[in-house]
Amino acid sequence: MASALINVPARARRGEVIEIKTLISHAMETGYRRSQLGARIPRDIIRLFVCTYNGTEVFRAELHPAIAANPFIVFSTVATESGTLAFHWTGDNGFSVTESASILVE
Amino acid sequence: MSRKTSRREFLLTAGAAAGFGLASVIAVEPARATPVAMEEAIRKVIGSARVTPGRVKLDVPPLVENGNTVPLAVSAESPMTEADHVKAIHVFTEKNPQPDVVSFRFGPRAGRARAATRVRLADTQTVVAIAELSDGSFWSASADVVVTLAACLEGV
Repeated sequence: MASALINVPARARRGEVIEIKTLISHAMETGYRRSQLGARIPRDIIRLFVCTYNGTEVFRAELHPAIAANPFIVFSTVATESGTLAFHWTGDNGFSVTESASILVE
Repeated sequence: MSRKTSRREFLLTAGAAAGFGLASVIAVEPARATPVAMEEAIRKVIGSARVTPGRVKLDVPPLVENGNTVPLAVSAESPMTEADHVKAIHVFTEKNPQPDVVSFRFGPRAGRARAATRVRLADTQTVVAIAELSDGSFWSASADVVVTLAACLEGV
């Protein structure tokens, strides 16, 4: 099972722009490589990353094979209210991982 | 009236067939995208809109030792309000097998139009970032990157 690392500040001031870093373990097989027998290795990548803040989408990234293995994505959002940030990664071969982090806004 | 195929005609036909075979082999396996393919990929995203250089910033190291993980950051100056924000920043490459790299989609809730990731680069080439603003305008930035060890070439 893929494991994800998420870095979200535990607390923030209201209206502050916070930076979020995410890392997930995934080979991101491009589909362009060949095995030693010459057979093409099928593509297996994460295609979409979505971040929701208390259910509202705040950021989305569409990934292609040119993203390095173990996709690392940094983005930011406005700390509007205390609650939960949810992170969804979806990709080829039914890959789907959801992680969440809570934030306290004062 | 039937006619025997002359030696010259036979050679011409055989040569054409061989040429066609070779051409189809090349067509089956395009090794990498070309600047033309990148142009097409960009057109697919922006339609017929005009792209102006500026307003968006693309941070990529000018010299990369390992093309398998290249840090890449894009940002654009914007107040990020409901009326005026950056909708998306798309990244394209010239010589990777596929021109698309990533599309970051923002909204007013993003607070800042800035995102970073790590990409693969197959060759020394130009990387292009295109920002899509809420008023429908498109802005671009490009960076030339020299890659020592290319990605995507190693076997398993």
